[in-house]
Amino acid sequence: MTTQPTTTYLNVTHGLASWLLTKDHKRIGLLYLVVVSIAFALGGVFAGLIRLELLTPPGDMVTSDLYNRIFTMHGVAMVFFVLIPAVPAILGNFVLPLQLGAKDVAFPKLNLLSWYIFVIGFIFTAFAMVMGGVDTGWTFYTPYSTTASNSNVMAAGVGVFITGFSSILTGVNFMVTIHRMRAPGLTWFRLPLFVWALYATSLVQILGTPVVAITVLMVAMERGLGLGIFDPTLGGDPVLFQHLFWFYSHPAVYIMILPPMGAISECIACFSRKTVFGYSFVAFSSLSIAVFGFLVWAHHMFVAGISPYSAMVFSFLTFAVAIPSAVKTFNWTATLYRGAIWFKAPMMYVYGFLGLFLIGGLTGLFLASLGTDVHIHDTYFVVAHFHYIMVGGAIMGYLAGLHFWWPKMTGRMYSDGLAKVGAALIFIGFNLTFFPQFILGYMGMPRRYHMYPPEWEMLNVLSTGGAGILGIGYLLAVGALLWSLKYGAVAGDNPWHATGLEWTTQSPPLPENFVETPIVTEPAYNYAHREIKVV
Amino acid sequence: MSEVAAPAHAVGHGHDALHHHAAQQHHFESLDQQHEASTLGMWFFLVQEVMFFGGLFTAYMVYRIWYPEAWAEGSRELDILLGGINTVVLIGSSLTMALAVRSAQVGSNKGAFRWTMLTMILGLTFLVIKFFEYEHKFELNHVPGANFVFEGPHANQVEIFLSLYFAMTGLHALHMIIGFGILAWVAWLAHNERFSREWSTPVEMTGLYWHFVDIVWIFLFPLLYLVDRAGQLG
Ligand SMILES: [Cu+2]
Repeated sequence: MTTQPTTTYLNVTHGLASWLLTKDHKRIGLLYLVVVSIAFALGGVFAGLIRLELLTPPGDMVTSDLYNRIFTMHGVAMVFFVLIPAVPAILGNFVLPLQLGAKDVAFPKLNLLSWYIFVIGFIFTAFAMVMGGVDTGWTFYTPYSTTASNSNVMAAGVGVFITGFSSILTGVNFMVTIHRMRAPGLTWFRLPLFVWALYATSLVQILGTPVVAITVLMVAMERGLGLGIFDPTLGGDPVLFQHLFWFYSHPAVYIMILPPMGAISECIACFSRKTVFGYSFVAFSSLSIAVFGFLVWAHHMFVAGISPYSAMVFSFLTFAVAIPSAVKTFNWTATLYRGAIWFKAPMMYVYGFLGLFLIGGLTGLFLASLGTDVHIHDTYFVVAHFHYIMVGGAIMGYLAGLHFWWPKMTGRMYSDGLAKVGAALIFIGFNLTFFPQFILGYMGMPRRYHMYPPEWEMLNVLSTGGAGILGIGYLLAVGALLWSLKYGAVAGDNPWHATGLEWTTQSPPLPENFVETPIVTEPAYNYAHREIKVV
Repeated sequence: MSEVAAPAHAVGHGHDALHHHAAQQHHFESLDQQHEASTLGMWFFLVQEVMFFGGLFTAYMVYRIWYPEAWAEGSRELDILLGGINTVVLIGSSLTMALAVRSAQVGSNKGAFRWTMLTMILGLTFLVIKFFEYEHKFELNHVPGANFVFEGPHANQVEIFLSLYFAMTGLHALHMIIGFGILAWVAWLAHNERFSREWSTPVEMTGLYWHFVDIVWIFLFPLLYLVDRAGQLG
């Protein structure tokens, strides 16, 4: 039986100040974990309210105005404060320097500053929630957000603007870290695929986020000073807002999904005891997603009156950007083929991810086709599609990574059985919640209404029931992890017998990660040359 | 050096590990690695700055194509002389900034201090002139918003032009004010003789930032002040 190491990053200093002033990337990762979890709980409560209202056909629980605010706050909390920071800021912060064999990220002070910026942005947004919420939808479309709104658009907008800089600075920090902080021998093509994914994500963060920041700023000026940049009565154009917004917000989808994809690559290699099939293809697919993701934004605007010729180009490019995602999915499957599958809790999430991401990705193609998009635009089909990607893909990938690295982060092992039950409930609950929404959307149920005709009641009841199971699944997963902190077995340095430098140091790691800087002499995922000690 | 093929920057460069420069942070292997990280980080930061201003430039471009007459009308409201003087002032400040970097790199703290101060003075000159331009617009009620007054057939569209004028030059001025603060810090470091041939990273990074802010103005001046003004001055 292994015992806990005596000095770790967790116990080297004590007290609140030692956490709030820390420059240790591992502690900063945990700081993000706390705030993101709070936001996730908040967003989850809003989601629950939405599903409760939709349990019955009439809009009897909340007014339509309050309903607008509920789904907006759900979207704002989940997109900007959960999905975007979850994997890069929590797992990325914790794991990246460890995987590179570095003592820390390139700019530790900037890293802490990013967290504070994130928290300040969150406070502004939480303030907007407390003061009565925002009713624009998470997209802040004009004129909902300008002349047609009397809710707290300013506070929420400022919150999103500020949070954006946290994302940008983290992106700068990670890119420099990957370029300049690699251990001797750790060449680009020996990097774990999680690092490639973070690099591609950072690229999107520094190229896209500033554009949405300046766009939100323009909306704020329009609202606060009465300018008319997006106001058609003054000669402005609301569609310009949509272009600028989606120029960021489509690539933002890749900020949310690329890092979980990286975590999936790590887990699949480890639990199949094989190197990832087509390593360089998977690595470059991340980069090509990052680059081509910038050329598809107008697929959100096919019915907004854009020129049919540009719509055709954007439709074609949207089909094209599905290719690198497909490359990843095929290569993951090929990695499983004839692997020595070790079925632990992270692998449950990997399987869940593969199935749900596949459905989410393929239904995206329905929306990319100009003809079908006219039919299903702004219906529950769209809602179901992006939840399959964002929750079925991104959150499942996040949970896979969290369960994979948890023993490294905490030094403790959770109950595998309990974690698996949680994963199963999440998978079942998720499908029950969102699969009926594909059908509802195809039948024409529009999104963002608090009532619907009685013939859609059965599918909506299923969806609400599924949301309940999903919620219980999350609580169980969180419970299993928290339980391990006190009662979990001591994990040891490398409970999964995994490759990767993060597993060569103790769990939880030393304050400066490694006793001495490691030297890398082998490619990533060299499982073929490892003794298999599967228990 | 180790035997394995290693990215050159990641190894200790054979520096004596026992003699760290005072400015070297402990998580870097060497001062060179730290310098390279800072430089790369600054360039990546400037990339995001380009995108940040890019949103406004996009809006400018769209509306200029839609409303060419209003753009010409609006542009004629701007003071070409003050704008021109400011352009010269700002280019001058880039020269003094470059000289400050050069002084620090050859280890002259005195030179770095002097050139940094001069850069600050030129930057301040720019901001003062900009302030008078803004004030004049306030007097004429040419500031977009509730009190906006403009005679002419394209008043609404001129208002959009002036909105973008204030947004773009205002954001630029904000960058100058931040740069002014950073320059003050650099001057203080130089005053305390902190730079040497081995270490002048803060001056170099400030230089990159300052030149970027300068380049933004190089684009703003013709786009805002020089629309359809061939043959006129003032
Ligand atoms: Cu999109």
